[in-house]
Amino acid sequence: MPVNLFPAARSNRASLRMLGPDGQPLARRYYAERTGKDLDAEDVVRGYQLDKDKYVVVTDEELERLQPEKTRDIDLKQFVPADSIPPLYFERGYFLTPAAGSQKAYKLLAETMNKSGLAGVATFVMRGKEYLVAIFSDSGILRAETMRFADELRSPSDVGLPKKKDVPKASVTKFEKLIKTKSKKQFSPAKELTDKQTDDLLKLVKKKEKKRSNIVEVDTEADTDRKVIDLVQVLKKSLAGKAA
Amino acid sequence: MAARAIWKGQLKIGTTKVPVKLYSAVQDRTVRFNILDERNKMRVKQHMVDPDSGDEVPDEEIQKGYEIEPGRFVILTASDLEALQPPPSRDIEIEEFVDQDKISQQWFDRPYYLGPGEGDGGDKDYFALAEALQKQEKEGVAHWVMRNKYYSGVLRSIDDYLYLFTLKDAREVISANDLAKPSGAAPTQKELAMAQQLVEMLRGDFDASEYKDEYRERVEKFIEQKAKGRKPRLQAVKTKRKTESVEAALAKSLAALKKGKRAA
Repeated sequence: MPVNLFPAARSNRASLRMLGPDGQPLARRYYAERTGKDLDAEDVVRGYQLDKDKYVVVTDEELERLQPEKTRDIDLKQFVPADSIPPLYFERGYFLTPAAGSQKAYKLLAETMNKSGLAGVATFVMRGKEYLVAIFSDSGILRAETMRFADELRSPSDVGLPKKKDVPKASVTKFEKLIKTKSKKQFSPAKELTDKQTDDLLKLVKKKEKKRSNIVEVDTEADTDRKVIDLVQVLKKSLAGKAA
Repeated sequence: MAARAIWKGQLKIGTTKVPVKLYSAVQDRTVRFNILDERNKMRVKQHMVDPDSGDEVPDEEIQKGYEIEPGRFVILTASDLEALQPPPSRDIEIEEFVDQDKISQQWFDRPYYLGPGEGDGGDKDYFALAEALQKQEKEGVAHWVMRNKYYSGVLRSIDDYLYLFTLKDAREVISANDLAKPSGAAPTQKELAMAQQLVEMLRGDFDASEYKDEYRERVEKFIEQKAKGRKPRLQAVKTKRKTESVEAALAKSLAALKKGKRAA
């Protein structure tokens, strides 16, 4: 089943640019330590370190040929109860939208998963890498969460945590009471998950903008075609079957 | 070998405090490369340059700016940025508890283990809290400051141990509720029944050890061979695509599965 993939998260952190003394945006460049000369993309290679000063060079072409076969298909391996995958595994979320001609299969899968309360475990190829994903049906829309592989996670004994000790019942009861008194029915992400530092930074930016202090302007002929993309609009279009 | 704690603090629930240590639950397995100078295979350095003149700009002359519109920046000075830093604290504040299924998988960012910290009854309170959370099937909403940054997260108990997951920022995550369902005709009863049957046949328990990062393994093996001076053979990339009707695809999948089951 071919699908389109869109990130389910936008980067909304207030990221700062590095600027020169006159406010001109700077670029990061590689240079050779001995000569001090800048190096272009064709002057550098990728090396895997074996030892101090000893590397195996690996070319782009070699990596490309190690990549999995290019396909937009989701290869569903298994269905598991949606709440049975520990959150330890989840990395990044993506919405899946039906590609041309696959609306029917998409809707069928979403509805079947909704009804059965199951999540699909699948592999998916994206940007030259094979990802393990869990696919959830979110009220008729399929969402894939990329997952970490088992060997990327540590176990409590890897970390060196002590073995569980038997604790007096009274201690457990004390905490249970505490939990009960502080329990809420609802969770509000907008209230609980708004980073104060980002808020404060944006406020300071607004204040400075109003006061017209510390503002620099530079010629941006080079990157006028940079547009801000509204991801929600793109997603809505794609779900409606229009070209994004 | 035991991992080293990356931070020490205390869980604060009302006036109750439980000392804890924080450990990363993730072990980076990415195959990392260094950028080398092609001529002498030596490591290269990086610096910031003015792209027009090509001149290096030394660290002390670099300013940080927030782009309000293309080409227009508000400069944030070092003292501005310092003032934005949260006051340091060792408290992981747990202000409320919610049912375990209330927070969607979409929000989860990075997992950390909490281990018992030093101090009064560290071990005892740690395991008592883990047991209490498990019994109540709740998780705690957590806020804390670590290394000059605010964090939001969730405290959960899994198999006797406490975990702290950082959660993504509310401005970053897009909810499916804000999107319209996909267009197109609804599936027929027959198709739904077939799909249900297929899903049931593929039903199982999640076992992470069944899946391996094959691409990473191929890259590692390739590097190993090349390091030995061999010229490993590479397969040509195949691309094939075929399309078929939903019904035909379902029927084929079902047939293949039935055959597999009989053989097993």
